[in-house]
Amino acid sequence: MTAEIIVVTSGKGGVGKTTTSASLATGLAMEGKKVVVIDFDVGLRNLDLIMGCERRVVYDFVNVVQGEASLKQALIKDKRHENLYVLAASQTRDKEALTQEGVERIINELGEEGFDYIICDSPAGIEKGAHLAMYFADHAVVVVNPEVSSVRDSDRIIGLLSSKTRRAEHGKETITLYLLLTRYNPARVEAGEMLSVKDVEEILGMSVIGVIPESQNVLAASNSGVPVILDTASCAGKAYHDAVARILGEDRPLRFLDTPKKSLLQRMFGG
Amino acid sequence: MGILDFLKNKPKPSASIAKERLRIIVAQERSTRGGPDYLPMMRNELLEVIKKYICVDIEDININVEHTSGHEVLELSVALPESKTTPTTAI
Ligand SMILES: Nc1ncnc2c1ncn2[C@@H]1O[C@H](COP(=O)(O)OP(=O)(O)O)[C@@H](O)[C@H]1O
Ligand SMILES: [Mg+2]
Repeated sequence: MTAEIIVVTSGKGGVGKTTTSASLATGLAMEGKKVVVIDFDVGLRNLDLIMGCERRVVYDFVNVVQGEASLKQALIKDKRHENLYVLAASQTRDKEALTQEGVERIINELGEEGFDYIICDSPAGIEKGAHLAMYFADHAVVVVNPEVSSVRDSDRIIGLLSSKTRRAEHGKETITLYLLLTRYNPARVEAGEMLSVKDVEEILGMSVIGVIPESQNVLAASNSGVPVILDTASCAGKAYHDAVARILGEDRPLRFLDTPKKSLLQRMFGG
Repeated sequence: MGILDFLKNKPKPSASIAKERLRIIVAQERSTRGGPDYLPMMRNELLEVIKKYICVDIEDININVEHTSGHEVLELSVALPESKTTPTTAI
């Protein structure tokens, strides 16, 4: 049994990788898949907080890589979905604690445990941690914000994904790339202050798998340790649901790309 | 647009500037990606040579590695300044 490995990556930091990893893992689990989400950000553990399991971390990913704990001991079972697990990053070790052989061994073990999906939440940058997070991936979710440095970095990452992964090195079928545009603000796009979906697609030469609007509900969700996809009333939650469905092969139109319609009065006075 | 928009001082739309800048830099970075490591160095040295004859900025020089059916072509383009008679060294 082999699991499908999806890396969530971006190059730039703070664009929404961890937010996306948590929602993607939860969304796949809601579809009945057996899922584990791994935090590769050694030294800057965060995924546990976003998943709301920070107080249940005993052993972490590095402990397992180093043989100090078994996989079973380190896997944290999600309290909302019984087929969802979290593997936390180490807070105390440095990045050198992860090795390619160690990561490979754990990924193989997870496959034997019958996991359908392994989601790898990448750290920022293009250094060792980011490289290890993407190396074994079958699919990549490239998270991009409508902003110059993020777009440039994601183009760089897309280049690395198609040349510096196991699939590329072994001459296998290339990794599937999914471009996810997040923190999108339709009002600013309409005002000409922000790159549009079309602009980003044109520059990067690929279409998006989803667009997540900039939303206050994301902060509220992280405050309470609940992945935003579970906030089914919010636009961000709905947009993440759509993105997960599309990754699973469903055809859904993009939503939340326009500003809510204004009333006649608001339009007259430019409100 | 609302009536009051004419009275307000709206900031200039910057998204189109962002798009244009990204288009250029992404194309440039892609064209040299996976290409030989000496390209950036060579670009700088070529700039020095070109500067002896014409007044150009590094932004006006484009290096492209084209992969066309089986062989690679190194393409160099220099955007010449508007007035062609601005030699900096021919004095
Ligand atoms: N769609 C969104 N709307 C508003 N805020 C967001 C959105 N996505 C992410 N954020 C915020 O951006 C910050 C960085 O997100 P995070 O997922 O930690 O990024 P990364 O893992 O890429 O560093 C967090 O404060 C998060 O709440
Ligand atoms: Mg993160």
